Amino acid sequence: MSVPSSSVAALRERFGDAILLHAVLSGDTIVYVRADRAHEILAWLRDEPGQGFNYLTDVTAVEYRDAERPIEVVWQLRSLERKADLRVKAELDKAAPLEVDTVCDLWKGANWLEREVFDMFGVQFRGHPDLRRILMWETYSEGYPLRKDFPLRGHLSRAEQTRQALAANPEAHYSLEELSIAEAFHELPDDVRERLRHGERGKVR
Amino acid sequence: MTTRTVEYDLATGGLDARGRDVRVPLGVRQRGDEDALGGEHMLINLGPQHPATHGVLRLVLELEGETVRRCIPHVGYLHSGFEKLGEYRHYNQIIPLTDRTDYLSPMANNVCLAMAAEKLMGIDVPERCEVLRVIACEMSRIISHLVWLGTTGIDIGAYTPFLWLFQQRERIYDLQESWTGARMTTSLTRVGGLMADIPDGWEDGLGDFCRTFPKVLHEVDTMFTRNAIWCGRNQGVGTISGADAINHSLSGPMLRASGVDYDVRKDRPYLGYETYEFDVPVGEHGDNYDRYLVRLEEMFQSTRILEQALGRLGRLKGAPINVDDPRVILPPKSRAMSDMESMIHHFKQVMEGVRPPVGEAYMGIENPKGELGYYLVSDGTAKPVRWRIRPPSFLNLSALPHMCEGALLSDVIAINASVDIVMGEIDR
Repeated sequence: MSVPSSSVAALRERFGDAILLHAVLSGDTIVYVRADRAHEILAWLRDEPGQGFNYLTDVTAVEYRDAERPIEVVWQLRSLERKADLRVKAELDKAAPLEVDTVCDLWKGANWLEREVFDMFGVQFRGHPDLRRILMWETYSEGYPLRKDFPLRGHLSRAEQTRQALAANPEAHYSLEELSIAEAFHELPDDVRERLRHGERGKVR
Repeated sequence: MTTRTVEYDLATGGLDARGRDVRVPLGVRQRGDEDALGGEHMLINLGPQHPATHGVLRLVLELEGETVRRCIPHVGYLHSGFEKLGEYRHYNQIIPLTDRTDYLSPMANNVCLAMAAEKLMGIDVPERCEVLRVIACEMSRIISHLVWLGTTGIDIGAYTPFLWLFQQRERIYDLQESWTGARMTTSLTRVGGLMADIPDGWEDGLGDFCRTFPKVLHEVDTMFTRNAIWCGRNQGVGTISGADAINHSLSGPMLRASGVDYDVRKDRPYLGYETYEFDVPVGEHGDNYDRYLVRLEEMFQSTRILEQALGRLGRLKGAPINVDDPRVILPPKSRAMSDMESMIHHFKQVMEGVRPPVGEAYMGIENPKGELGYYLVSDGTAKPVRWRIRPPSFLNLSALPHMCEGALLSDVIAINASVDIVMGEIDR
């Protein structure tokens, strides 16, 4: 159970000190890599014939209760042919901007998964084609819900949340992008365009 | 495209725009007149309150004539913050939350969470518990596929099979109710075992179901599989190749319909699935129709597994359903009242909850909709640091634009239905 996957030795040989450490927990092999080289390493794991991790099971992030510990971005990889799993992690220091390269160019399935990590943790994925919030609405500005400094009931009181929800204008339901794809945006009256440009619901803080 | 098992060759009479008689072959796309409308595009907002979006899904479609040029899904209307809530709950208290994610297969979700926590703690459950969990998973697969098939039929215009299928679904719900006390929010499992053993005579009810259910499936097969409308609306619609399916991280019937033979039950067996005899149907074309065939066959195979599991239950009569481990399972009340050590265990478990060691575990199981994964990170306290749900229909839905773009607006309804989404799980 505690034997690491053979990929660890191959990774260390190929990438040297970009592989920080590895562990085996509950039978799963975990490899910590340097965040700035994560994309390169994941691409190698996907394309190298002996590895063949062609399936991206999941992308997520973990923040620990210990505020000193960095945020981890987690990629769960799988090789469908070899029936092998590998968990790759990169640590992001909270003092620096939370940024890591996107893997959307390698796996299209990463698109929504990375949007969710951005939405819930505020991790920026460099090069992502469409990094918008996905589960929360686009004008949501209370922060990133799965961060440990985010209280369970949110930053605003229930009364304030209700007030803002009632004050929101359902006319502003279409985003600028959606209006522009219909090429209807230019046909709107000037004042409506101006209002939409600034976001009808605006920022709450 | 290779020759189909069920070839359809049908053309219906109709009138064209000028009122002349034409033969309209079903399912044949007219290409080449994309610019008939002079490049004028139309924006259609489908949902979030639309009966054919299977919940609160909103699709923004850019149409050129009737052809979908872009599809932008919007999700999150049902976001409940389950993952956040899980960080404030004991492991056994998370199980009721899993009922409410994929609410069409609650028992399978319960099983996955218990297995993830058991993997974290290194616990092996007794055989009777494994067999009962297999029964729970396969019953979930059947009811989930029944809902899928019934509602997809309605989307495409067939109402009668929906009634037949929901009648069968009620029979499973009756079984779930007599086992757990609840029809939908079952909360069946506990870390290290089950909430309850099956009541006396319950096997007879399931055995009766296994005998009679395939007959209904055959009737639906007769109604759908060679039905000209069903074929026309589904064959060649929403096609995704095997390579694209892998690249989009699809799983479950969506992946297998595209010809990728991957089933967690076969390839990373859990709960002793390697000891059951069943076949995994794999499609060829990756379209709506193959997804239908795969799911239909999966229901037959689930019935096969249920029958084998019932046979094992007879052999394991009276065997324990909970692991003998005081860290996770409460001692019997008689011992807790008379034995000091048992009382301490009882007290600690009730007051503090189950405490896994520091570590993390990912447990993926083959849920009806695809691979459901629970990723638990523990810091040694009784509440997880992170409870990540790897939601199969979230990833399956993310490939919807890929499948829709270039199709007709009416196909979007059929394609969306074939993905088998459940918004409780997508939005969590």
